[in-house]
Amino acid sequence: MYAFDFEKPKTVAEAAAALAREDAMPLGGGQTLIPSLKQHLAAPSALVSLTGIAEMRGVCTGDDGALCVGGATPHAAVAADAAGKYPALAALAGNIGDPAVRNRGTIGGSLANNDPAADYPAAVLGSGATIVTNNRAIAADDFFEGLFTTALEPGEIIVEVRFPVPERAAYAKFQQPASRFALTGVFVAKTADGVRVAVTGASEDGVFRWAEAEEALSENFSADAIAGLSVSAEGMVGDLHGTPAYRANLVKVMTQRAVRSA
Amino acid sequence: MTKVTMTVNGRAVSGEVEGRTLLSAFLREGLGLTGTHVGCDTSQCGACVVHVDGKAVKSCTVFASDVDGASVATIEGMANPDGTLGRVQQAFQDHHGLQCGFCTPGMVMSAAALLAENPKPSEADVRHYLEGNICRCTGYHNIVKAVLAASGQDVSGMAAE
Repeated sequence: MYAFDFEKPKTVAEAAAALAREDAMPLGGGQTLIPSLKQHLAAPSALVSLTGIAEMRGVCTGDDGALCVGGATPHAAVAADAAGKYPALAALAGNIGDPAVRNRGTIGGSLANNDPAADYPAAVLGSGATIVTNNRAIAADDFFEGLFTTALEPGEIIVEVRFPVPERAAYAKFQQPASRFALTGVFVAKTADGVRVAVTGASEDGVFRWAEAEEALSENFSADAIAGLSVSAEGMVGDLHGTPAYRANLVKVMTQRAVRSA
Repeated sequence: MTKVTMTVNGRAVSGEVEGRTLLSAFLREGLGLTGTHVGCDTSQCGACVVHVDGKAVKSCTVFASDVDGASVATIEGMANPDGTLGRVQQAFQDHHGLQCGFCTPGMVMSAAALLAENPKPSEADVRHYLEGNICRCTGYHNIVKAVLAASGQDVSGMAAE
């Protein structure tokens, strides 16, 4: 690892000021960033840890009934503290990585990284959540911009994520057993406004919404409603774990499983 | 270099670290607590698991500076005050829960974290919780048996040691 300065501010304002320095990077739980630093894939001048900012940690309910998760909240805390209010989200958080990873890794870090096989992007896009930064609020539909790319500006901090709580929801993950990332994972949420279906792990462009399935499930929320649909293999990930056609098929299979368990 | 202060196995310690100094390096090289093993150094194998404020973490994937002020427990703190093996350690010995022993410190620390959360886990609970700890000897069966035994459950019906 190259050398860098380490800073651990106590407030969002202090963190934003520290991140104004050239080549400074925010550090969430570090479960992806620290291995990347070891491989010399990043060389920040300074790391600004966000884990000491009390206002960015914890789960609460907003005035509008939304579930609010602080950007520096570890996955294990979401798994425990969101279980009553939004069980599908808590279950997703409780199956990310392994227990030690869940004790450090944060929701803000996961979303800012936007790994194409990460779990949280599916929950955020599937729920139609809002990402609140130190500067603005970004709708999930505008946040994810492709492989490891988001709408965040350099130095912008995810302070909170606001999840409207759906009537029914579930996440079905076909897990790559060694990495525990999603080979394909589908988050389905049914609200008064319709159904949202978000898919992670499958596309070369990262998380996406499956519009045809959303339309069919909004008419009839059952696994049978999408039995006749198929997903094109074009643009799907192909690697030693599965071909593009295999992943395209998994999108439908996992969507049906999510609908059945919602 | 900056100074960090933490409580390790109940003892107040401090040391000078760089920003990039990992907790695993601070424990091993700074404090001489070499019971915490570094296996893969890529946060996959779990040999380096320690407890930070009661939570299991991979010490190779945490900066020492980020846990300044925390309370840390390592394998060296797992023995009883009189020096005899602690409950989880003794169960690993009794049930042959180790072969080469390299992964054992991380296994014991993860197992202790599990039992703190879930005092009577099922076999499936144990296997799920230990997903982040890899035993290169593939000695999982007796590790799981040892953890169940440490929880006070009867393991006499499980396959031979």
